[in-house]
Amino acid sequence: MAQAIELIAAGDPVLLAIVALSLRVSGAALLVSTLLGIPVGAFLGLSRFAGRPFLVTLIYTGMGFPPVVVGLFVYLLLSRSGPLAQVESVLIPALFTPGAMVLAQSIIAFPLVAGFTMSAVMGVDPQLALQVQALGATRWQTALTTLVEARSGVLVSVIAGFGGVISEVGAVMLVGGNIDGKTRVLTTAIVLETRKGNFDLAIALGVILLALTFLANGIMLRLQGQDAH
Amino acid sequence: MTEPLYRLEGITKDYGERQILQIDSLTIRRREALALVGPSGAGKSTLLRLLNFLETPTNGRIQFQGVSFSADQPLPLPLRRRVTTVFQRPFLLNRSVSANVRYGLRLRGRRVETQAVEAALEQVGLLALAYQPARTLSGGEAQRVALARALVIQPDVLLLDEPTANLDPQNVALIENIVATLNERRGTTLILVTHNIFQARRLAGRAAFMLDGRIVELSDSAAFFNNPRDPRTAAFVRGEMVY
Repeated sequence: MAQAIELIAAGDPVLLAIVALSLRVSGAALLVSTLLGIPVGAFLGLSRFAGRPFLVTLIYTGMGFPPVVVGLFVYLLLSRSGPLAQVESVLIPALFTPGAMVLAQSIIAFPLVAGFTMSAVMGVDPQLALQVQALGATRWQTALTTLVEARSGVLVSVIAGFGGVISEVGAVMLVGGNIDGKTRVLTTAIVLETRKGNFDLAIALGVILLALTFLANGIMLRLQGQDAH
Repeated sequence: MTEPLYRLEGITKDYGERQILQIDSLTIRRREALALVGPSGAGKSTLLRLLNFLETPTNGRIQFQGVSFSADQPLPLPLRRRVTTVFQRPFLLNRSVSANVRYGLRLRGRRVETQAVEAALEQVGLLALAYQPARTLSGGEAQRVALARALVIQPDVLLLDEPTANLDPQNVALIENIVATLNERRGTTLILVTHNIFQARRLAGRAAFMLDGRIVELSDSAAFFNNPRDPRTAAFVRGEMVY
């Protein structure tokens, strides 16, 4: 453990590169899933239509989906014989690149963000809509106000999404390949270093991963605390 | 004769199979104070929601300032925004008192004038609490913020849905005083739903007794409270149970 702390304190460049890539990949995935998940969650929480129960079931299923299965799905999509292999677009990344990892993690985080946002929006007192419409709000303004009122829950959805992707290993291992200096992130590096018997580095990586998760939760609590005042 | 503000013709409101409201004809005059009284379930609050254009009538049409509103004809937004409601249970946003009062102005895209917000809060006696979180207020204070939020947008019509139910006499007097002044000085049309006959008598120039979704009797306050024509109105005014 002492050696692990030394590694962190010394600012080991390999360690820093792994942390930076982890934050870049999970941060990008979180951004994508937040931009898509919050509007979808808000829409599902605020509207009633024929196919809604089916979509809600899909979202809830996605919230409990094993990341490794998502990894397999993305792997098959992007592999040389997959349906997207021949399509050339900046939106379709190649396998064993950070882009593929972002895609897989976005798919993992999206239902978490959408599902928790939906629950948060549904938890807002229905009287709110009537009250703000009585004050002259349009449908869009009503939806936006409801989302702002549900901000604590929406924030939880983002943190849940971050927690879901920063700590997942199966999907990034499959679609990233854990390539040194290219697609190696905290979780895949921990697996590798443990297998190699480099427990100091593995523990150092584990401590950093825990610290990041702790920090994310700390930020969430702080923001929620501010919200209460 | 004051010009009509609302004209309701052949209005019905159904929820599923159940008809909640049936009003053949009703005219509400500009600048008047009208009280709607009657037992629970009489359709008073439903009528207020229609008058605030929060729901559409199942049949019939409402004319507001000469413009029609019906199930297939929404009212233009600027006109809809001339009306607002203070509900029995004030729902305050999870923001400061001041932000709650500003809310209606922001919806309208108006530059928020701090002076106007402060004046509204001063009027309800809550200027000192402007930057308090709204959800820490007492029931009476919250209702006064709800009233300030309505006042600041300067509506042509203020709908009040049992605004002083469950409040202490001091808050009741303060709110009654503000809305009466608003009606007298600014000419804001008041439509008040209340179970409190004495409040209706104090505030309204006209009163309507509603029962089973219909208006049983509508007349000037003096006649309504002193010489009601319908025996059910008379019983209600005497404080007897009417179903």
